[in-house]
Order: sequence, then C-alpha cells, then structure tokens
Amino acid sequence: MLAATVRVARDLDLAEECAQDAFARALTAWPQTGVPARPGAWLTTVARRRALDELRRETVLRRSLPLLVDDATVASVEDELVAADEIPDDRLRLICTCCHPALSRDAQVALTLRLVCGLTTAEIARAFLVAEPTMAARITRAKKKIAAARIPYRVPPVDELPARIDAVLDVVHLLFTTGHTAPAGADLVRCDLVERSLDLARMLRTLLPDDADVAGLLALVLLTDARRATRVRADGSLLLLDEQDRTRWDRGEIEAGVSLVRDALRRRPPGRFALQAAIAAVHGEARRWEDTDWREIVALYDLLVQVWPSPVVALNRAVAVGMASGPAAGLAAVDALGDEPALAAYPYAAAARADFLRRLGRSEQARSAYEEALMLTTNEVERAFLLRRLGELDG
Amino acid sequence: MSEYLILIYGDEAAMEAGGQQLWDELMAGHNAFGTKHESALRGGNALQPKGTATSIRYDGDRALVTDGPFAETKETLGGYYLVEAKDLDEAIGIAKDVPAPNGGVEVRPVMVFD
Repeated sequence: MLAATVRVARDLDLAEECAQDAFARALTAWPQTGVPARPGAWLTTVARRRALDELRRETVLRRSLPLLVDDATVASVEDELVAADEIPDDRLRLICTCCHPALSRDAQVALTLRLVCGLTTAEIARAFLVAEPTMAARITRAKKKIAAARIPYRVPPVDELPARIDAVLDVVHLLFTTGHTAPAGADLVRCDLVERSLDLARMLRTLLPDDADVAGLLALVLLTDARRATRVRADGSLLLLDEQDRTRWDRGEIEAGVSLVRDALRRRPPGRFALQAAIAAVHGEARRWEDTDWREIVALYDLLVQVWPSPVVALNRAVAVGMASGPAAGLAAVDALGDEPALAAYPYAAAARADFLRRLGRSEQARSAYEEALMLTTNEVERAFLLRRLGELDG
Repeated sequence: MSEYLILIYGDEAAMEAGGQQLWDELMAGHNAFGTKHESALRGGNALQPKGTATSIRYDGDRALVTDGPFAETKETLGGYYLVEAKDLDEAIGIAKDVPAPNGGVEVRPVMVFD
C-alpha cells in the first residue's frame, strides 16, 4: 500500500503520512460501514487520494514560495494514477528505488527496512546498534537525495534490471547475514533481521518467479535459517555444525530450500547464491555430521570461487578441503591464501588455522592462532566459543 | 525535466602520457557524445589544466588566494556538461556516454529556484 502511494505522492514522507492517515480513517469508518470487500484496495485508494490533494495544495503553494526541491507536476501524477493498480509492480518499484545504486549501501539497507518492511527508525537503529538520531539522519539524508536528484520510482528497463536486482539481492543478503551472526553484541542471532530478510526474499520470489538468482537467494536464506534453533545451547553458547542436534533442524525450510536450489542451478553458469545454497543443501540433507559429503562441498566451492572470487569464499573452501582431506591439507589450503590483506583482520581465518593446528596436535601454534582470532572477534557468543577451545588445549 | 551537471574528472599526467593519439580519440569521443545527446545538452566546456587553477579560501574574513585546484587529488576536474534529463537514471545514462578514459564523471542535480 505504501508502495502504491509513494508512486503518486513522489515523496516518501508524504506517502508515509498519507498511509497512516488512511489507517486512521479506516478505524473510524469501518466500525460504521463494515469492513470493505477489499480492505487493502480501500486503504490504498484513500491514501492515494490524500496524496493527490496534498500535491495539489503544494503546487499552489509553490507558485508563491521558492522551493529547493523540484517535483513532478500533478498532471503527470494523474496520468500515472490510471495505470497504478498493479500492486506487485509497485512493490518492485519501491524496493528498486530503496536499493538504487546512487544511494550508499547503509542508506539502501535502512530505506528498505523502513519503507518495504515497515520497521520504525528506532527498530532499525537498534538492529544496527547505532543511536536513533544517527539512523534518523541517515534515512532523512537518503530521502532528500531521492527527491533532490530525482531518483525515479520505477522498475528499471530490461537491460538494467539484472544489475539492479543484484543490488537488491545484495541488500537482502546483507540483512540476512547481519541477522544470522550479529557483528557485535550479546546475541548470536538477530531474529528480527532474519525474519525481514526472509520476507523480502519471499516477496522477490513472488515478483520475479523466473529469476534464478532470486531463487538462489531464497534457497540460501531458508537452508541456512533452518539451523537457527540449534546454533546455540540453552545458555547461549555456540554450537558448531558437528555439535548441532540435526533432528531439530527445520525440515520444512530445508525441503523448500532444496527444491529452490534445483531450480536455481538450472542456469549455466550457476550464480553465487545458487552455489552457496547448494552447499547449505548438502549440509541440510546430511542427517548426521559423519554423513556430510565434503567432496561435493569442495567441488561446489571450486565453482563458487570462479563466479565469486572473494578471499572469504577461498577461506571457506580451504576449511572444506580440511574436512574432505584431513587437517594437514586444510592447513596447507589456508596457508596458501598467504597474506591476503582482506583476511588479515578476519577472525575466521585465524580460527580456521587454529582448528587445524589443534587437530594436528600443534598446541603452541594453535594457542597463538586462537589468541589472534580472539583479538579480532567482537561477537560475545563467538568469543566464548574461542575461549572454550583455548582452555581445552593441553587440557 | 531537471538539469544535471556532469563533472568530468581525469588524471592529467595519464592524459599527457597518451600524447596526440589519446587526445584525438578523446576529441572524437566528445564529438560523438555531442551528436548523440544533442537534444539533452544545455552547455559544456573543457577546462585548462589544473596548473592554471587558483583557489580562494577564507580564514575568517580574510581571503587567501593560493595557486592550485581546491582539492589536490590524482583526478582533477577537466570539464563539464550541463544536460537536461527527466530523472537521475536518464542523467546517469547520458553520463555513461561521456568519454572519461583516465577517471570518471560525477552527476549533480542542479538546484531550482522558482
């Protein structure tokens, strides 16, 4: 509904205000008249009409006042109103606007949560551990840029769509990973962010049913999230894949994810989310840790490194090599990444070395690698895990 | 419709190193750009190299006139186009056609005072 109103209002603040106004009117009107047959359409119509009234009033004002932000004319707005009934299109339009490449990634994420997911500024600030005025300023700045630079509310043309959808998928994926392992703080998982990213991925799947990358992302989110309940003990401490109670994995999510992966892998070459999801699917289908097909996982990582040559992917591949061929091979693969600067401050690189060294019985070197990982880790649950491992050495 | 200023930034040293051939290619590129976007173009100029720039800053009320561009960076402002476009996406589409071999361009909406 907000998406449909934005297109008429051409101004996000105005659209939000009109949407709230429509809800308020519904609260007064519906008890007397009964709930209309299509409540959503009723609300959207009321909000849009209000937005048009406001725009007309503003146009009159504009003749006498110098305005800093130029805007669309009412005439063209009314033209668009005629074609404004395709709600799915409006949602896609709104999320493409929120994730426009002319906005910073922080702004894209904040706007998506605010306008597409309907979170309050306070909730978004809490999710990203920043002060509310900071988040409010970030959102205001982004809205101002949309208005002043005239970032259009539209689904990008076909030739630009893949690149623009990539940006949207990146934002949704970032939301998910931020929620899945919170970068700092006392809890490992931020359920609110995970839920929102799941909603967004499902929405995109509905809007773009033929897009393999969208299918891949939704599969990845489902398959990773299926393990959510088993990733920490009752006391909040971390449980690794080999320690998790697999009977408590969400089988529904795994099955939905696996069938989406099949869909996503049909495209050649498979995209990065599809491959990541395929790796998660191999874990999801192994009923016991011992059943994990590590050779399949290494093969998938080999493909993933090609489409997404990131140091973090290379590190994960090295860890998988260690699982498939033993700790010595794993350590060699980690060491082969050498002095990759992007990994220097990445706690999982030191933690992976530490784990292989521990399994090889090289306790002293393992100790210093664990200590290095501890220095780099800010999530309390992960720190507690590393401390536990450190305590077990020689113990 | 809105107006956007497209600021063209480039590395002058690389430009000089490219010699006459790069210069000719660049001029041909700008001519092609001008033809393609004739209907959107509202103005534009190439600028003399940064060695010709003079900056004026203020320390309180005192104007300090110094040699050089405002910001000393590898890429300097070398020219601009003023174009008319219906929104940022259209302006970006035009800006992508501006030849900027040793740098890039910045797109800024022009402020309107009614």
